[in-house]
Amino acid sequence: MTALEVRHLHKRYGRHVAVDDVSFTVEEGEIFGIIGPNGAGKTTTVESIAGLRTPDSGSISVLGLDPRKNRAEVRERLGVQLQESSFQDAIKVAEALELYSSFYRNPADWRELMELLGLTEKRDVQYRALSGGQKQRLSIALALVGNPQIAILDELTTGLDPQARRDTWRLIERVRDTGVTILLVTHFMDEAERLCDRIAVIDSGRVAAVDSPAGLIAQASEVQQVRFRVSRPLDRTALTELPGVTDVEVTEDQWRVTGGGQLLSSVAGALARAEVVAEELRVDHRTLDDAFVAFTGRAPETTEPLHEEG
Amino acid sequence: MRALMNMIKVEAKLFLRDPATVGFGVLFPTGLLLGLGAIPSLRESSPETGGLRSIDVWAPTALVFGMVMIAVQHVPSVIATYRERGILRRMSTTPVHPGNVLLAQMIVAFASVLVSAALMIFVAWAVLDIAPPERPVAFAVAFLVGYAAVLGVSMISAAVVPTSGAATQIGTLLFVALMFFGGAFLPRLLMPEVLQRVGEFVPPGLQALTEAWSAEAGELTAGAEGQPFWLQIAIMAGIAVTTSAIAARLFRWE
Repeated sequence: MTALEVRHLHKRYGRHVAVDDVSFTVEEGEIFGIIGPNGAGKTTTVESIAGLRTPDSGSISVLGLDPRKNRAEVRERLGVQLQESSFQDAIKVAEALELYSSFYRNPADWRELMELLGLTEKRDVQYRALSGGQKQRLSIALALVGNPQIAILDELTTGLDPQARRDTWRLIERVRDTGVTILLVTHFMDEAERLCDRIAVIDSGRVAAVDSPAGLIAQASEVQQVRFRVSRPLDRTALTELPGVTDVEVTEDQWRVTGGGQLLSSVAGALARAEVVAEELRVDHRTLDDAFVAFTGRAPETTEPLHEEG
Repeated sequence: MRALMNMIKVEAKLFLRDPATVGFGVLFPTGLLLGLGAIPSLRESSPETGGLRSIDVWAPTALVFGMVMIAVQHVPSVIATYRERGILRRMSTTPVHPGNVLLAQMIVAFASVLVSAALMIFVAWAVLDIAPPERPVAFAVAFLVGYAAVLGVSMISAAVVPTSGAATQIGTLLFVALMFFGGAFLPRLLMPEVLQRVGEFVPPGLQALTEAWSAEAGELTAGAEGQPFWLQIAIMAGIAVTTSAIAARLFRWE
């Protein structure tokens, strides 16, 4: 069943087009990722889904409901963890959880959530005294306290140290295993690759591609490169005439062959026919980072997280 | 309703965890009155004032101090912080409207003003022998309407300021201006006639509070052309309604 459907979403602020034309569907029970460079329209898209923004055109359906017309009902079923939102400095962990759980018709047991997120021993600590990771965990707990069917998590692990990020990932998988559909906005490729069942790459307000992480890598890998060195002279045409090969570059004894299809096996076959032994034969291994570059023409931001205090 | 009750409970706890606000808003007016009451000359009755002591005439100013402190310094800075930090935005993703947190905050602030006033009136009576308000109902009305008028004015600033820093700056200016007309820096008796008249229309309406507290003191501060009590109340009510409507119209949630 479809949990979330966005069709031809368009939103502008004055003359600036934040989201040009975004469409995707999220199936129930999946972790769906939205990746893209800063300013690509990711946050505006999720804010529109959460009902915080009114789209200029296009439609959004959350569990079959319109977030503007069925505001109250959507808010009961959609949990949101927003980027750059925080809580009262002096509020204690347990107070925030108890307060937010009272906002919902059928809330989750907030004590259980507090335990699940490892916050029980911090229950009487004020928000301002929590570390970055603890604040983030509280924010996730509050997004889940209403027992939502869908949770939106925006820039989940920004500002966390590597250990805290891995812990958070495990937690998200546990949450998904309880049947919650998750929409994850991130600019960390490793996070998207590890967690997401499918990913939408958004660039300049449009969807550049939607696929599984492996599918995106494969799509971006249609152009591959094979590199090797040869000990004996080799006729260049033996390679340029191969089907699918688009370019052959030679620098001293270093060869670089660019092409598509079954590039590696056809190059290996050509070398065998020419009775040349290739040394240090390598195929460039594509990652989601490369896929990101292929779809957006930009390098993803550094994945080096900030150091967490405390 | 349950959400609002919980929010009032939490906001009350948060208020009590902020020592500066509790100190300045709730305890300071009483302290100020006691401090001035310790000056012997302010406790001497003078035949010129019909036997009233300066401290008798000045007591309502201490009361106004607490009202203005909470309404223009505390409330707008909390609201601006909630907006600046995305607390209102976060709440609007839940089934509960973020207006509830503002309402809860204002209820708690009003309760603190009541406590502050009750404490001050009690200490004034017990320690300085200043009689409690002579017309309790009229006094309660003047207090309520006066507080609403100050809060309305400060809510216009709270509705639009982008940061809590800006809210504090505007609040401080407003505080100084309102307290000037409230007689904190210069006794109203010593002000030029025109400033005394203006003071009757400046929230929270010190003159109406003074008259309801003590008819004698009220007569003294009203001067020759004082406005009738209920006209002053009507003007405060008008200010409260107009400013609240403007604030509600201008209010930015994020």
